[in-house]
Amino acid sequence: MIIYIILLLFLLLLMIGTAIYSIVQRDLLYAVIGTGVISLILSILFLFLQAPDVALTEAAIGVALTTIVFIITIRNTVRFEEEPKRPSKPASK
Amino acid sequence: MKKILVLSLLAVFGVYLLEVLFKIDFGHQFFLHGVKDFYLTTSPDKMGVANVVTAIVVNFRGFDTLGEVTVLFLATTAMSSILYKGRHQLGERAVLFSSSRIVMTGSKLLFPAIILLGAYVFIHGHLTPGGGFQGGVIIATGFLLMLLSYEDYKVSHVALSLVESLAGITFASVGLLGFLNGGTFLQNFLPTGGLNNLISGGVIPIIYIAVGFKVGAELTGLIYTALNEKD
Repeated sequence: MIIYIILLLFLLLLMIGTAIYSIVQRDLLYAVIGTGVISLILSILFLFLQAPDVALTEAAIGVALTTIVFIITIRNTVRFEEEPKRPSKPASK
Repeated sequence: MKKILVLSLLAVFGVYLLEVLFKIDFGHQFFLHGVKDFYLTTSPDKMGVANVVTAIVVNFRGFDTLGEVTVLFLATTAMSSILYKGRHQLGERAVLFSSSRIVMTGSKLLFPAIILLGAYVFIHGHLTPGGGFQGGVIIATGFLLMLLSYEDYKVSHVALSLVESLAGITFASVGLLGFLNGGTFLQNFLPTGGLNNLISGGVIPIIYIAVGFKVGAELTGLIYTALNEKD
């Protein structure tokens, strides 16, 4: 019983760490991959919590489809986030 | 001031989360009595469905599922109508990264396996975890892999809309056929068969196969339109 809780807490901490990495990362492509990793860990958590249906959905939608939608968005806008406190430049392709 | 407020809010949230995590034992049955007993006994015994989640989603809450499919259809239609600049005039394919020969060969080998997995997931929706939505998304992922690896890979929009419409018509007409037995919309009218058999559960496999085809076609069309967006 205690080993499950330790594993659960480890996965939760890993998820929080990945989320913080996605927020502070200036390269938006890496940030999007980070959100995909969050979904992957979340689907493992759902599997541990005996919800395999939700785990399948999360793995398919969160890892693949959401990531590709964000990557298409990055292609159409800019890849690198601008530094704060600078005047915003127009988006260049 | 604002940071202190945010930090205290987060602290309260964390305390409650930890309390919930430590108070309830892992896998503890929190709700001892209720409607779950009805679902857990009725779906294997009377309906012959091994996966209770599928029984709830397709049979007990079948009308909700029809609504969800409609919502997905409307969202896809709206996105396509925004991205289409002209009828059948698509722009250049978005080349995110040019793929090497290894990626192309690997995608070609993986593509049938992914399609097979998706078909397995939605055909066996009443026996194993998964169902129409999950299987459809897996199939769309397979098409996404091919679209990303091959720049000249084409998906026929006519075939996609044909599959989507036929699947939607199948779902609705199976629902309407429930009236024939003097029942209600989406009521089961086929023999349920034995538990854990592939052909069992009445109309549930038919509906989930229709949902799988519909979701797969919709999401494939959505990805194809978004990748070919005209600038």
